[in-house]
Amino acid sequence: MSTTKEIWVFAEQRNGRIAGVVNELLSKAQELAEKSGFEVAAVLPASGCADLCQELFNYGAKKVYTLDDPKLADYQNDYYSRAIAALINDKKPEIVLYGATTIGRSLAPTVAVMVDAGLTADCTQLDYDTEGCNLLQTRPAFGGNIMATIICPDHRPQMATVRSNVFKKEKLGDSEAGETIEYPVDLSGVPERMRRIEVVHEDDNTIDLNAAQYIVSGGRGVGKPENFKIIYDLASELGAAVGASRATVDAGWISHHHQVGQTGKTVCPVVYVACGISGAIQHLAGMQSSDVIVAVNKDPDAPIFDVADFGLIGDLHVIVPEFQKQIAAFKA
Amino acid sequence: MNIVVCIKQVPDSDKVTIDRETNRLNRAGVPSIINPFDENALEMALQLKDKHGGKVTVISMGPPQAVEALRTALSHGADDAILISDRKFGGADTWATSYTISLAIKKLEVQPDIILFGKQAIDGDTAQVGPGVAHFLDLPMLTYAKAVEPTDAGFKVEKVTEDGYEIWEIDKPAAFTVVKEANQLRMPSLKKKMAAKKAEIPTWGFDDLNPIEENIGLAGSPTKVSKIFAPPVKLNKEILSGEPAEMITELIQKLKERNVL
Ligand SMILES: Cc1cc2nc3c(=O)[nH]c(=O)nc-3n(C[C@H](O)[C@H](O)[C@H](O)COP(=O)(O)OP(=O)(O)OC[C@H]3O[C@@H](n4cnc5c(N)ncnc54)[C@H](O)[C@@H]3O)c2cc1C
Repeated sequence: MSTTKEIWVFAEQRNGRIAGVVNELLSKAQELAEKSGFEVAAVLPASGCADLCQELFNYGAKKVYTLDDPKLADYQNDYYSRAIAALINDKKPEIVLYGATTIGRSLAPTVAVMVDAGLTADCTQLDYDTEGCNLLQTRPAFGGNIMATIICPDHRPQMATVRSNVFKKEKLGDSEAGETIEYPVDLSGVPERMRRIEVVHEDDNTIDLNAAQYIVSGGRGVGKPENFKIIYDLASELGAAVGASRATVDAGWISHHHQVGQTGKTVCPVVYVACGISGAIQHLAGMQSSDVIVAVNKDPDAPIFDVADFGLIGDLHVIVPEFQKQIAAFKA
Repeated sequence: MNIVVCIKQVPDSDKVTIDRETNRLNRAGVPSIINPFDENALEMALQLKDKHGGKVTVISMGPPQAVEALRTALSHGADDAILISDRKFGGADTWATSYTISLAIKKLEVQPDIILFGKQAIDGDTAQVGPGVAHFLDLPMLTYAKAVEPTDAGFKVEKVTEDGYEIWEIDKPAAFTVVKEANQLRMPSLKKKMAAKKAEIPTWGFDDLNPIEENIGLAGSPTKVSKIFAPPVKLNKEILSGEPAEMITELIQKLKERNVL
């Protein structure tokens, strides 16, 4: 199988802004490139993309393949998958990485069957095995109870999706050099079978959990919706975003935008404070890779303590306000 | 309206663990359930049928015992069920599974107007089979559908995104993966439960689907599991207890030492 010795990152953009996960993947791809000797490239479907390339170079892309077409301005699965599959079939890269966003998780599986590639979803570790020449794709399975390392020995490209905040991004500079390759797009034979007619951003813009340095999360132990006030108070003292377990979201105490976990957001703050959260594996799946985890729970056997760096055993209704008070004093 | 719902039987994944010594899965005694997200796909199908008429066919690929998941689906109101099962299909990853399921759908006497999947399965969490099947059938597909309404030419769909939702129009026939927020599966009825017990559920195997042999089962799967292991446990953790004020003072001290405050 003759391939181009390249690692590609799908450069997802929305309204002309590159998704944060793209830069994280470029940083990871660089690491893999050092081990494998491959070169890092980004694939950018958009309409009018010239000014987006610099950002991709700054995070480690040596090359950007632009797929420039009015039909590729916004994600549409038929157009995006056809355009990317055509490029893959032509260049045959070794590896293609996608952010596990709502877009990446629709596009990647479609491309995978189009180009006969293996695809591993939601990887939490990527490594390169120089002996077997395989991408080692590690991911949780069974809701996080086990980890599995997946390889794709006989098919190229090897494809994986990764959630945002799993890898750290590292900017190399502000004016890194790179090559832009305008790759011709031909979508004339692809019928228009679906159209997006409306985009609605819900107004819960209190905080962006994905970008937060600090997160304070409340679980069922908070007791009732009004009590979330102490969670919000501590959060505002810390400059933190507010997260929640699914139990509280299902109970209607807080909107689902706050949910952390397997079916919510994956977060990776510097400090994650879990208050009255038992630590079900589905919750852990979304916050386990935080730098420092603080857990407040009255049950010393709560599984949250297995992943906590600091566990505080006791009543959150006392501990959380005390925490807020002392942080306020500490800042003053 | 002809509706196909693809469901998967999964172990109740809360209860699957790994033996830290042998790295084998402890699955013994773990109950099997219909993948929770597939319940939402099934309910969406039943609601479409209630409103617009038609027929709901559930399809599952799996070992012979997956027939139980199909019976459960019948007891909730599905009209027909088909099991895709053959030793030769075993070990399939999402690529080979998508291919195999697509052959079964092609074999249906009446082709569906709409195919529904759960957003993902809770054992593998890949969310890849829906898009894969749609591609093999050359159907337009939307993921994370919360509401689907028929229109003259196709469907109007509310699709959930990271920070809100989008409205799409899509031509018929089409495929969707359905999110949990869409609905909640209705209770089974006693009458249907009885009927489901006795229902004849055909099993379609290798000879029925006549697949390209290198596309199925383990051989047709580009991905291979190279190893499984227990998730790492955190070392150096500190448990604080006692007076809240002292605990917090100590905590803040430690967070400062770690340079995170
Ligand atoms: C397919 C699937 C997907 C899921 N996805 C997610 C997900 O994305 N995110 C998620 O969070 N969950 C998810 N869940 C649900 C998950 O299994 C748990 O049910 C949920 O996380 C429990 O929430 P909790 O910890 O708030 O509640 P509980 O498990 O009820 O825990 C409450 C905790 O609060 C403690 N407590 C009570 N009172 C106090 C007090 N006064 N002071 C201190 N501590 C107190 C208790 O000791 C207990 O540990 C999912 C489940 C399934 C099946």
